[in-house]
Amino acid sequence: MTTQYLLQLVISGLVVGSIYAAVALGFTIIYKATRVVNFAQGEFLMVGAYACYAFLVQMRVPFWAALLMTILFAVVMAMTLERLVLRPMIGEPIISIIMVTIGLSLVMRSIVTAVWGNDILVYEPKLFPQETVSIGGVPVSQEFIWCFVLSMVLLAVFSAFFKFSKAGVAMRATAFNQQAAQSMGISVKSIFALSWIISAVVSGIGGVLIGNINGINSSLYHFGLKVFPATILGGLDSILGAALGGLIIGLLENLSDGLCKAYLDLSGVKEVAPYVILVVILMIKPYGLFGTKEIERV
Amino acid sequence: MQYCGDFRTTYEKDVKIFQTPFIKICMGFLGVALLALPYLIKGEYLWIALQILIAVIGAVGLNILTGFTGQISLGQGAFLGVGAYTSAYLTAKMGLSFWVGVPAAGLVTAMAGMVFGIPSLRLKGLYLAIATLASQFILEWVFIRWEPVTGGSYGIAVPRPVIGNFTFESDGSYYYIVLAFTVAMTLFATNLIRTKTGRAFMAVRDHYISAEIMGISLYKYRLLSFGISSFYAGVAGALFGHALKFVSSEQFNIGVSIVYLAMIIIGGLGSIIGSIFGAVFMILLPKLLSVATTMISADFPSVTKMVMAFEQGIFGLIIVLFLIFEPDGLAHRWKLIKAYWKLYPFSY
Repeated sequence: MTTQYLLQLVISGLVVGSIYAAVALGFTIIYKATRVVNFAQGEFLMVGAYACYAFLVQMRVPFWAALLMTILFAVVMAMTLERLVLRPMIGEPIISIIMVTIGLSLVMRSIVTAVWGNDILVYEPKLFPQETVSIGGVPVSQEFIWCFVLSMVLLAVFSAFFKFSKAGVAMRATAFNQQAAQSMGISVKSIFALSWIISAVVSGIGGVLIGNINGINSSLYHFGLKVFPATILGGLDSILGAALGGLIIGLLENLSDGLCKAYLDLSGVKEVAPYVILVVILMIKPYGLFGTKEIERV
Repeated sequence: MQYCGDFRTTYEKDVKIFQTPFIKICMGFLGVALLALPYLIKGEYLWIALQILIAVIGAVGLNILTGFTGQISLGQGAFLGVGAYTSAYLTAKMGLSFWVGVPAAGLVTAMAGMVFGIPSLRLKGLYLAIATLASQFILEWVFIRWEPVTGGSYGIAVPRPVIGNFTFESDGSYYYIVLAFTVAMTLFATNLIRTKTGRAFMAVRDHYISAEIMGISLYKYRLLSFGISSFYAGVAGALFGHALKFVSSEQFNIGVSIVYLAMIIIGGLGSIIGSIFGAVFMILLPKLLSVATTMISADFPSVTKMVMAFEQGIFGLIIVLFLIFEPDGLAHRWKLIKAYWKLYPFSY
């Protein structure tokens, strides 16, 4: 075990963690505004990655245009899904809403496999330069850095959006009290639609970033499952929490995996570490680091 | 003389399981039909019937937890696995009898369920749902990695039950064992929800603060609910393992948990008959879909690959449509149909 190995684990952990953070942000936005738990968040990421592949590689559009078209696609998809599937479910019990999003995820996954198959597809040309730079003696691919920086920018932009923009304030008001928000002239319906749109866009961009590094195939939706530990760690309804939670889960996942491989000769810890962390967090701090504690009085 | 309509003048009449003589006759016919089933259908169809019976046990168990006590669980598939592996280990590796293995599987799974149910003491709703999701992934990982017990990725071969010199080797004979378990456990659940415990479950579900004020111990009943539900899952998993004669980790993945959750939601939350409807529906649906897709791909061989992918998608789509258009489940529709015939020809 060298420091170099450790540093490598930390860096790749942070890069993956930044993608978790972006997807967790999408999850949190929807949960905060609409109290819907979106089990199809990973599929949003996957569809974004495939859409960008279609524009970039299959239609040979330049990267910036492809990214724009991916974002547009995500907007249209989110609006359609919100209108057709989620809106009729308002007022149904939590469990039915969870089930609807699970059903949705199955549909999205099958459409993607039907159209693009199961093989690994690679973005061609690569979006970012491939040369490595040295961080503390560790060679790191530039696309890792780009990936990390872009996710962080995304998180910063949306945090600022919630804090300062009019729509962001309206979304926070809706999250706090729907009826009060509505009586102040905020259209709760369009806030719901907006939160789905933002969520799909953020996850879609996350999908493009991860697809650029690893290539894309239909198992990309696994990213969605890792989002639950990340959001719970941060607190379900906290945007800062989503960002930190994603980074921490990515870091811990990679470190525990690397250390178990090196010292205990135990492989595959990666798959389970986030969930063990999740259970431990839930036992100690049920509402996460920054989540709102629900206080109940009779 | 019989009055027109269904008058209940005492509480005893109100909580009777079989309300009218007509229902008793219907249940009699159903019983005969179930007993005669192995003589009527063969091969693959009998195997489907077996799967449905086993799924009914699992779905009833999950409905006790989710439908009656209001605790969402996304880990039923893993608990089925715990039961299957327990019974497999006891019968195949330790040489114990099936009749020890299955109850032991139920008990061990109940213990596991209660351990993973401990977070329910502090969590509820969504947080709990995600905690149970974690249990699904952790258990699945244990199934693959704990090789001395679970056989790792090779799985374990499991024997069929034996009485004296008779082995229940054929699906037809094994069917009766499963049928007995299913009927007994469904009746037990029906009775359970009529007792103090069942009412406490429903009180916890409907308003847990009020329930606590009325003196119901939340912790006790939440854990008990997890225990009972996992016991059902354990027995169902064990029966499934012996039915398949083989236990491996793929049979208990997250997809299975989702199918069980879909069963109780589509069947009807908080309804025993709904669990049965849901189990029948969710087991038959993929079979029907694959029959349909084979027919389509026979006519259009070029689209075969696409159609296979769409099978999952149609499955998901049907779940979505069902939830949008029939949110109260099949049990509710069944009530409406019964009411229609009772009131016929008057529509209300």
